[in-house]
Amino acid sequence: MTADAHAHEEHPTSTGLDSRKVAMWAFLGSETMFFGSLILVMLINKHNTLGVMLGHGDHTFEAGQGMLDLVLTSFTTFVLLTSSLAMVLSLAAFRNRSLNWGRFWLMVVVAFGAIFLGGQVYEFTAFVREGLTPSTNLFAASFYMLVGFHGAHVAIGILWLLAVVYYSYRGRYQGADTWGVEMVGLYWHFVDLVWVAIFTLIYLI
Amino acid sequence: MATTTVSVRPNTYAGTAWSWITTVDHKRIAVLYFVTSLAFFALGGVEALMIRLQLSRPELDLVDPDRFAELFTMHGTTMVFLALMPLSAAFFNLLVPLMIGARDVAFPRLNALSYWVYLFGGIFLNISFIAGGAPAMGWFGYAPLTATEFADTHAVDFWAFGLQILGVSSILASINFIVTIINMRAPGMTFNRMPMFVWMTLITGFLIIFAFPVITIGLVLLLFDRYLGTSFFLYQGGGDPILWQHLFWVFGHPEVYILILPAMGVVSDVLPTFSRKPLFGYAVVAYSGAAIALVGFGVWTHHMFTVGLGPVADTAFAISTMAVAVPTGVKIFNWIATLWGGSISLRTPMLFAIGFIAMFILGGLTGVSLGSPPVDTQVQDTYYVVAHLHYVLFGGTIFGLFAGIYFWFPKMTGRMLSEGWGKVHFWLMMIGFNLAFGPQHQLGIDGMPRRIHTYGADMGWDAWNLMSTVGAWLIGLSMLIFAINAFRSLRSGRDAGPDPWDGGTLEWSMSSPPPVYNFAEVPVVDDRYPVWKEKRGGGHTGAVVTEPPVAESDHEDDEPHIHMPNPSYWPILVAAGMVLAACGLIFHQIFVLLGALIFGISLIGWIEEPPG
Repeated sequence: MTADAHAHEEHPTSTGLDSRKVAMWAFLGSETMFFGSLILVMLINKHNTLGVMLGHGDHTFEAGQGMLDLVLTSFTTFVLLTSSLAMVLSLAAFRNRSLNWGRFWLMVVVAFGAIFLGGQVYEFTAFVREGLTPSTNLFAASFYMLVGFHGAHVAIGILWLLAVVYYSYRGRYQGADTWGVEMVGLYWHFVDLVWVAIFTLIYLI
Repeated sequence: MATTTVSVRPNTYAGTAWSWITTVDHKRIAVLYFVTSLAFFALGGVEALMIRLQLSRPELDLVDPDRFAELFTMHGTTMVFLALMPLSAAFFNLLVPLMIGARDVAFPRLNALSYWVYLFGGIFLNISFIAGGAPAMGWFGYAPLTATEFADTHAVDFWAFGLQILGVSSILASINFIVTIINMRAPGMTFNRMPMFVWMTLITGFLIIFAFPVITIGLVLLLFDRYLGTSFFLYQGGGDPILWQHLFWVFGHPEVYILILPAMGVVSDVLPTFSRKPLFGYAVVAYSGAAIALVGFGVWTHHMFTVGLGPVADTAFAISTMAVAVPTGVKIFNWIATLWGGSISLRTPMLFAIGFIAMFILGGLTGVSLGSPPVDTQVQDTYYVVAHLHYVLFGGTIFGLFAGIYFWFPKMTGRMLSEGWGKVHFWLMMIGFNLAFGPQHQLGIDGMPRRIHTYGADMGWDAWNLMSTVGAWLIGLSMLIFAINAFRSLRSGRDAGPDPWDGGTLEWSMSSPPPVYNFAEVPVVDDRYPVWKEKRGGGHTGAVVTEPPVAESDHEDDEPHIHMPNPSYWPILVAAGMVLAACGLIFHQIFVLLGALIFGISLIGWIEEPPG
């Protein structure tokens, strides 16, 4: 990627935007369709009249949603959303060339992300212990699929954040070019935003 | 960079096998895409010929029914995902940087990764033939035919993982080309001046990044059903098989436009060149492409008219389906208006382009008829549908892309394809194509279902089927002629020179093949047809007054010092890791671990690679 950075400094782009940022936006556009499809599948399954007609799908969603621990997940949701603030502070610090503060806030994001993920792991294991596995019913399948897919995104985000911290010690992002922090920031905010939709649709409604 | 002193052509392609494995040059990657996609095209073609042989006479048993199901499934899958899409990608790679005045794509290594993922994914999909049987449920994999209950071999897994892998390749390539077109245009190359092919590439890119995620999710759910015992598509567990159809066609219909729009772009650049006048209604042609793409996301249930979604849904989707005919018709009229009053020369690329218009109109008309729910209900799953889709995808896409092959082969290789053999190829293909698929309209209306292994002698379908088989083999013969033509031209074809067709767009301003760095000096563009303008002293039409100097360096000492990205072996390793992991999910977990390890290490290597 640094090869590109090099090239871009020499040749300004047609739009003036950094190519990597445009690529990231295109990728996030694609991601909306990933999550959009999954959310729609979940909603379709929730209102699946075929299952009800055949005597399978009735009330699995009501029963399943009743099992959810709203207090715990409200807390981890709060933590995840707060991590976006830390992400913003981190980028601001890198832009002000205060590297240590930048790294500190990045590690706060990592910690908050880990707390969120920990809550999810706890929730999943509790469900499995109560006998709700992906194959139990349509609610379980949709729940594990959607929440798990999002969780995988959070996990990848944490790895990415750690890589950015590592490379900040290797001499990157010290000048005006804070692209690495910006990229992971865009991704992280997106993953947070998607959680708002998922939390509302699965836990609240 | 190996520009030797005497060679007329720059040694863009010289070098060892290793230099091809590690290449990040868009022109070399284009060559790799061309060779691979044409090889898969041949494979899909052979499958088609076996299908047609089996159906040539009633009650034949040349191919047994199970093998027959594998053949039509793999024929469809191969042609759509391994032949036509990558063949379009070959054109994206070859042309987009040349046409917009860039030295390469925005992310050269990512571009190489897209190719290797595609190659390995294609091989992976076809391994199924020797590993317990190929997928046999039809290329759109309807539930519950894909359920473990009805498909207990790994065939469906090969299909599902294979399509996931190919989806990764397509999405990465599309992001790359979207960014390249948005950000890498030469000064003065505004959106409003881009060649139409570049416009269609951009629109196709957006279609891919928005449509592929939907099939990806569908396939993930399918794999969950198969591996983890969920019931997303199984009614026994409360799921809904129709959900698969929705997910597949929300992707599948935009996919049709993903296949046709690049060919439309090719034709929009070939027609003006051989009519000696600019494309008629440039802006409208571009916006029509965008309109087709946009409406294309709202027509998917016309594939499901017989499902029983109710009259309201059927009516709404019939209306949106017919609405697609409007921008499509606009394009066709603009192409015809481009020909009108032009000084037409019927060279081989032009023949294919005109063939495209004619055949695509026929396919479009049957498409409109299928957009009517009552008509569709009559001919659902008959050969009428087979005829329609081949008129748009063969009569449209393949004719259009062959126009492109004959047109840009000289630019890519530096040598001309033989005109005489090219015309023989065109006429054989034209006759063979209509003989193969024309009668299928009648067969469909007579009620012959698609995908049947054989049929009774008393059905009255013999003559039409025999005609169709003869036509298919004529197409096969025409492809053989093309292959011989291509091989002979590569060895001893006439020297093309920089501008064999009197072209108007930027790629004709440089040597053939273009030097590694494409442009010694980044051009400044002030027109839609900058090369015409330069040759004709300001206008688009009229006599050539000056041959522009070709920006190429024949001598070591003129070689401009242009910094190009270094070759890299990480892309092929990342791709190998990814596909090895997929193999592991089918064969043995140890390969998942190994693949993930190779993937992870190569990714780190990629990030760590020093600036070129």
